[in-house]
Amino acid sequence: MNFKRFFAVFKARNIEFFRDKSSLGWNLFFPVLLLVGFSFIFSGDGRSAYKVGIVDVASTNLTQSNEKKEFFESIRFIDYIPYDNVDIAKSKLNSHTIDMVIDPATSLYWINDESTKSYLVEKIFSTQLNGYDRLQTSGKKIRYVDWVLPGILGMNMMFSCLLGVGFVIVRYRKNAVLKRLKATPLSAFEFVLAQLLSRLFIVMFMSIIVYSGCNLLFDFFMLGSYFDLLIIGMLGAFCLISLGLLVASRSKSEELIGGLLNIASWPMMMLSGVWFSLEGAPPVLKSIADFLPLTHLVAGARKVITEGATLSDISYHVTSLLVMSVIFLSLGSYFFSWNTER
Amino acid sequence: MSVAICVEALTKKYKDVIAVNDISFNVEQGHCFGLLGPNGAGKTTTIEIMEGIIFATSGSVTYKGKEVDDSISQQIGIQFQHTALQDFLTVKETLTLFSSFYQHTLAQDKIIELCDLSGFLNRDNRLLSGGQRQRLLLALALINDPEIIFLDEPTTGLDPHARRNFWQLIKNIKAQNKTIILTTHYMDEAEQLCDDIVIMDQGKIIESGTPHQLLKKHFSDVFIYLPEQQVSVELVQKNQWTIQSGRVEIMTTNVEKTLVMLMNNKVSLAGIHVKSANLDDLFLHLTGHLLRDEK
Repeated sequence: MNFKRFFAVFKARNIEFFRDKSSLGWNLFFPVLLLVGFSFIFSGDGRSAYKVGIVDVASTNLTQSNEKKEFFESIRFIDYIPYDNVDIAKSKLNSHTIDMVIDPATSLYWINDESTKSYLVEKIFSTQLNGYDRLQTSGKKIRYVDWVLPGILGMNMMFSCLLGVGFVIVRYRKNAVLKRLKATPLSAFEFVLAQLLSRLFIVMFMSIIVYSGCNLLFDFFMLGSYFDLLIIGMLGAFCLISLGLLVASRSKSEELIGGLLNIASWPMMMLSGVWFSLEGAPPVLKSIADFLPLTHLVAGARKVITEGATLSDISYHVTSLLVMSVIFLSLGSYFFSWNTER
Repeated sequence: MSVAICVEALTKKYKDVIAVNDISFNVEQGHCFGLLGPNGAGKTTTIEIMEGIIFATSGSVTYKGKEVDDSISQQIGIQFQHTALQDFLTVKETLTLFSSFYQHTLAQDKIIELCDLSGFLNRDNRLLSGGQRQRLLLALALINDPEIIFLDEPTTGLDPHARRNFWQLIKNIKAQNKTIILTTHYMDEAEQLCDDIVIMDQGKIIESGTPHQLLKKHFSDVFIYLPEQQVSVELVQKNQWTIQSGRVEIMTTNVEKTLVMLMNNKVSLAGIHVKSANLDDLFLHLTGHLLRDEK
């Protein structure tokens, strides 16, 4: 490892990125536009179905309560999610993961005053809630925009990592830039590491700019530590860049790499909790989502932001990202080719 | 003169295609060595094996008796036929980037002067003209002050003025006792620059030597060309001349005598063209097709 050579490639890649005004503009404004758009269009919540948490009364053996629970569940097109612990259910309500919590055993229900959907669900259940006492979640209020922020930033990081590394390396390979570099003493390790760290620097720099700028506009909720958020962000970006390197490790075709990157990014878009919570989703979908880096980035960041979680609280997500990074990076290094052999 | 590079029994196969077929030659230290041939002859494959960029199926390349290994990249300079430069970097930044790759480099001022880059040092790589771009690529090939320089069709696509400027740069480099391996399909370029040449076709060497030796070996005649309509068919047939592209080609060892004979036969000399044989003629003679023909 020659640091001089590594740093020269790192610097050159950063110069290339920051001078490409169209790409820079897109990276800056796209997430801002999404945040602004979603905060106004959905004005509070972006999900199509309502989710109601029912505190499980199975252990109470109260026949009357069970009847009430069944009565609630007779209303269709509502997802009912059972919870053993009322505090967990309330924290989910507070963080916009669900829209209402009902405890048939104690005839109490909770709503989130910051959520439009919570308000609507309360109206839907107005008849059934006769005799129930209404309570609000306590603590600082979390808006939908606070909830969706990690998702949008994470998604933007995902595209920047996958496309910024994947397409750039394939373009370098196709245009014989890699071939020219191979003819120098620069090693593949130095080149790959420089690309990885350059993109990590760019992604984190841009994300911090976007977060800070949007924070002036939205005054985001933040219960945890910014340092923990930075760490989970860096781990997530590192993992996604490693995935980009793996996808781009051999191909010379921009069409093929476009397809591969779509295959890698679309499941994350849909299943990683960017737009809506997977609370109550079928277990198989949750299992698939568990293998996606964006899931752990978004979930970890969301817990830091909305629940004040520390790194040890989100150690599962941290470990998952580290393990995936090692796997992607090892495979990417193994398969990497300057591709000069015709 | 000592041998700088020795190529022995080199073969490169790609599935069903034999790109290079059992070729051997030596490159002398301080010489400009030309690999000539039409597109698809195997020149680029040969030069890229010599550079250590691709591997031979069999055979060997040695530098001063040493097999090619990773350390060779510190000692050679390469200008590829097709290569892109990193977007958004200026010429100066590109020079700095490549300087950082090597243990020993020429002073940037010297490179700038040698390759005449001073007029566009702060220009974005994407905005360079063809000639400027080739000069920058040459500068990158020279940045580590290499003993051996590979130039793969360096003037392809340049206008005649830019080509001649580039030739002068190569002559300046050659004057520093550098060994140059040049591939080209421009015969005037090879005649201007090369001390030794190898002519390849279909992966094989079909002739080698100095340009002068080869022309002397294959041609003693001078060519006279006249428009076809000015020479009677009987005269063409009687003298066994050939007709090519609307012109009668007359090969002769005695130009004066031939001209007198033409005038005696009332042949108009309007549009006459007299020339000595060149490497294009040699290639045509050896292979039956013009050097710049696409296969």
